[in-house]
Amino acid sequence: MATLTLDNVRKSFGATDVIHGVNIEVTDGEFIVIVGPSGCGKSTLLRMVAGLEGITSGEIRIDGHRVNEAEPMERNIAMVFQNYALYPHMSVFDNMAYGLKIAKTPKDEIAARVASAAKLLQLEPYLQRKPRELSGGQRQRVAMGRAIVRKPAVFLFDEPLSNLDAKLRVQMRLEIKQLQRELGVTSLYVTHDQVEAMTLADRMIVMNAGVADQIGKPLEVYENPQTEFVAGFIGSPATNFMPAGSVGVSVGKTVGIRPEHIQLTDTPTRLKARVAYCEALGAETLVHLRLPHGQLITVRQGGHLPLPSEGTDLWLGWHDAAMMVFGADGRRI
Amino acid sequence: MSDQRGMVQRRGLGHWFTHLGLIIGVLFIFFPIWLAFVASTVTQPEIVRPPMPLLPGGHFIENYSKALFAGVNAPVATMMLNSLIMALGITIGKIVISLTSAFAIVYFRFPGRTVFFWLIFLTLMLPVEVRIVPTYEVIANFGMLNSYSGLIFPLIASATATFLFRQFFLTVPDELTEAARVDGASPMQFFFHILLPMSRTNIAALFVILFIYGWNQYLWPLLITTDPSMNTIVMGIKQMFPSGDDLADWPVIMATSILAMVPPVIVVISMQKLFIRGLVDSEK
Ligand SMILES: Nc1ncnc2c1ncn2[C@@H]1O[C@H](COP(=O)(O)OP(=O)(O)OP(=O)(O)O)[C@@H](O)[C@H]1O
Ligand SMILES: [Mg+2]
Repeated sequence: MATLTLDNVRKSFGATDVIHGVNIEVTDGEFIVIVGPSGCGKSTLLRMVAGLEGITSGEIRIDGHRVNEAEPMERNIAMVFQNYALYPHMSVFDNMAYGLKIAKTPKDEIAARVASAAKLLQLEPYLQRKPRELSGGQRQRVAMGRAIVRKPAVFLFDEPLSNLDAKLRVQMRLEIKQLQRELGVTSLYVTHDQVEAMTLADRMIVMNAGVADQIGKPLEVYENPQTEFVAGFIGSPATNFMPAGSVGVSVGKTVGIRPEHIQLTDTPTRLKARVAYCEALGAETLVHLRLPHGQLITVRQGGHLPLPSEGTDLWLGWHDAAMMVFGADGRRI
Repeated sequence: MSDQRGMVQRRGLGHWFTHLGLIIGVLFIFFPIWLAFVASTVTQPEIVRPPMPLLPGGHFIENYSKALFAGVNAPVATMMLNSLIMALGITIGKIVISLTSAFAIVYFRFPGRTVFFWLIFLTLMLPVEVRIVPTYEVIANFGMLNSYSGLIFPLIASATATFLFRQFFLTVPDELTEAARVDGASPMQFFFHILLPMSRTNIAALFVILFIYGWNQYLWPLLITTDPSMNTIVMGIKQMFPSGDDLADWPVIMATSILAMVPPVIVVISMQKLFIRGLVDSEK
């Protein structure tokens, strides 16, 4: 239904620069997830697209039209807020219908659109209730419904699942993905949860302190991180970083190796380390080992392998291909 | 187990004491009102002759109709109407003005916003009595003596209410404002569709408080209404007291006093539910 383009978009609040020039090209119907640590400017970027925050420089285009100066409503976007932002005194029906009423949509069309959204979101029994009479998950659905009925060009989500408990989050994650597929609406989704990012995104943007460090398909980003930050941020448990010299690499400054790419053996391989403690999670085991100079290394191995006992010395081995080498500027070499 | 029973027992006893205390308190406060009511249902000689009667007499209709339709200087019905117009004018005016000014102060960035806020806040410290002489001067020059506008306008702005609404608006989450913007609501639509309904309980609470405040105005009406037909009931009661050697018509005065209490009581009772909710919690 719409493409979305961010062209060297920058934002500063007074003297502090928050977004340092972001370029994204979102194709029609694509689901883009912006992920990054707290305070990196994800919400700010999203709010700039929404029109809730001014754009210091650069250009935002929806469907090729510059929208920098447009009011949120004129941009034809819909936003789902972290705290849902439902109108507390309105029924579920009125919450969903409010935007349409403002736009002077005919009554019967409002009723039809709300009814179909309610059906899609299984909200039919609750249409006459007030938001405070709903559970968190239901409120979340109402917030989604409010976005859907507008038939916007772009959906914007700002951490919509962060107020839900873990189980509900998984369920809603699937529902959001399904819904977006069904409706085919271009979406921008902000989260700091990398699992959400990995599972939802067609492409994801990893933000680091106001810069889009990497944009790409989730698996691509995982397997081929372009910066040290991305390598450390995506993947859990986090990538192990070691000084390049200590593992016999002559170029670059740091070498990153994912926990699942390290094998533990009794026979000498690359590095010797002492088992500090183990976390047996069932399907897999996380073994934390200490290198002679004190650094902790995490190794992930299958849950069927015998549990190494604490205090024993083991050898760490890996293939050359598993090494991700980063230069002094943090970029991949 | 025994602990629990002890607690229940103590609670039961505490209940009794609380209620006993409250009942005594109510009787204590109610007694003068009761006396006034009794006095309004008997004849003048019965009041003057000791002992004072403690049970209502048989002249209820006579005294009350005399008060309502004849009065002493002006019929009480007229005075009540004056009071009602003044109280409603003040109340509605104060609520409308303070709602809109709080809306402006909280939601709009305009030059001098903080200055205006502090100016309003400063006037909180100036009670009516302090500025009564200059106010009188202004009203007299406008030719508003003995008029409803003269009764209402000087009292129509409220720093307190503005301040209260400002505080309430500040607690409304920003996300709600933003959601309304995304929904395409203009600022005034946001005000009428979202802010106003959310302030419902606060408005009700203020309505009760301000209505009583307006109804009980004494000094200001006393100054600017010289024409008995413009008197309000609260000051009118005082005007009924005789000057010189005239005899006070106590049954009629007492009937007037009782009548003066009725509208505020009706307002409190009819808005009680909203009022208490407005004081106790804000619905968000
Ligand atoms: N109105 C503002 N004025 C000044 N600085 C601001 C303002 N809004 C945000 N910032 C700053 O901009 C930076 C990015 O904020 P933003 O809310 O976009 O972070 P975020 O990535 O969404 O973080 P989180 O995951 O915690 O929500 C922060 O350092 C924040 O302090
Ligand atoms: Mg945020």
